[in-house]
Amino acid sequence: MEKSRYELNKELAQMLKGGVIMDVTTPEQAKIAEDAGACAVMALERIPADIRAAGGVSRMSDPAMIKGIQEAVTIPVMAKCRIGHFVEAQILEAIEIDYIDESEVLSPADDVYHIDKTQFKVPFVCGARDLGEALRRIAEGAAMIRTKGEPGTGDVVQAVRHMRAMNAEIRRVQNLREDELYEAAKNLQVPVELLRYVHENGKLPVVNFAAGGVATPADAALMMQLGAEGVFVGSGIFKSGNPAKRAAAIVQAVTNYTGAKRIAELSAGLGEAMVGINEDEIALLMAERGK
Amino acid sequence: MAIGILALQGAFAEHGAMLDRLGAEHFEIRQRRDLERPMNGLILPGGESTVMNKLLRELDLYQPLKAMIQEGLPVLGTCAGLILLARNVEGGQPCFGTMDIRAVRNAYGRQLGSFSGEAPFAGGGSIPLVFIRAPYIAAVGPEAEPLAQVDGRIVAAQQGNQIATAFHPELTDDLTVHRRLLALSC
Repeated sequence: MEKSRYELNKELAQMLKGGVIMDVTTPEQAKIAEDAGACAVMALERIPADIRAAGGVSRMSDPAMIKGIQEAVTIPVMAKCRIGHFVEAQILEAIEIDYIDESEVLSPADDVYHIDKTQFKVPFVCGARDLGEALRRIAEGAAMIRTKGEPGTGDVVQAVRHMRAMNAEIRRVQNLREDELYEAAKNLQVPVELLRYVHENGKLPVVNFAAGGVATPADAALMMQLGAEGVFVGSGIFKSGNPAKRAAAIVQAVTNYTGAKRIAELSAGLGEAMVGINEDEIALLMAERGK
Repeated sequence: MAIGILALQGAFAEHGAMLDRLGAEHFEIRQRRDLERPMNGLILPGGESTVMNKLLRELDLYQPLKAMIQEGLPVLGTCAGLILLARNVEGGQPCFGTMDIRAVRNAYGRQLGSFSGEAPFAGGGSIPLVFIRAPYIAAVGPEAEPLAQVDGRIVAAQQGNQIATAFHPELTDDLTVHRRLLALSC
């Protein structure tokens, strides 16, 4: 039995389930994240909050910086490339990254086409706001999906909206008649085979994490109770007062996401959370990038 | 009879699905009070061993589970679970250390080194093997015996009631490894 590279890549995401993937910008932060219980780290030069503050074009991180993080930790290391920038993806594959995030957090390099991810050996995770986006990215070869949320804001409202939208559409597709799937596939602009999988299994064919605006243990547990299989935390940790403590608390809140008593303890005395920006106060909606 | 599945992080649901196919009752272990249920066997799933090692201690699961394993509770550790059982770990921290094996963590490199194949298991026929950022067993002590090898490296071993595999039987259709755990748990 020989499994395809794509199967093995989807299965790595299965190993990340129930875990927290943390944005880090230095080997020191990566070590703090690993020690706090991160199941993977996302190596990037600037966390989304700083990208947002700095403005300008945001690109793939320096490979030397990514390699420094790969050497600092033993857990999987992910890195972001721009939407449609397949050469940045080729570079990340060349340095043996464990997962590429084709990410709306960076400035898109192509306003029409996403990367043909089937041409790569390393796995990709992509953001999605709804079922249509998720299945389009999977058709292009994504082995893992995350909600887009609104990165760098510390405002969880969009991640909640995207997770609810996706799961509501999945429930709707489950309840369709077989002969209604073709029309639904047409409307969602997705391959009917992928929609049939959703119809029969009541879930995406790949692992689905929450991302964007998660800043507290309660935010993380909220996303888990809404059906996320794990959580990405970006700016929320290293923009807060006590990163190590907050990171560890979020990890525990994801494991026991229904234990309110425990989450209450975990939420106490964490120091200052990231300040955050409300959704309606921001000029740039990153989630609108790449549909 | 019920099998407890450590569900702190990783691919624990996949093990539950395998046990469902075998008609075996199972439950998730996420906190101390989950250990109050009678348990005839334990599964330590794949995931990140660093995460599980830390959470086991923070959630006060480490000592009681270690004691149960030492008292002979049948246990199956897959991938990260193998790391948790190993007495010595290259490139990582030992956790329970109840099995006399030396494990090499991330032994096949990063995700590009993940692979699948098949090999004879425990003197029986060949079974499918899936390796995801997998470890292997560099050496087994006198108490442990190898169960499977790939390219001359030990990828599964057993010591008394403890079974460890570097691969993921829960990601295949083959029930051989889970049957072996259930046979110990009867």
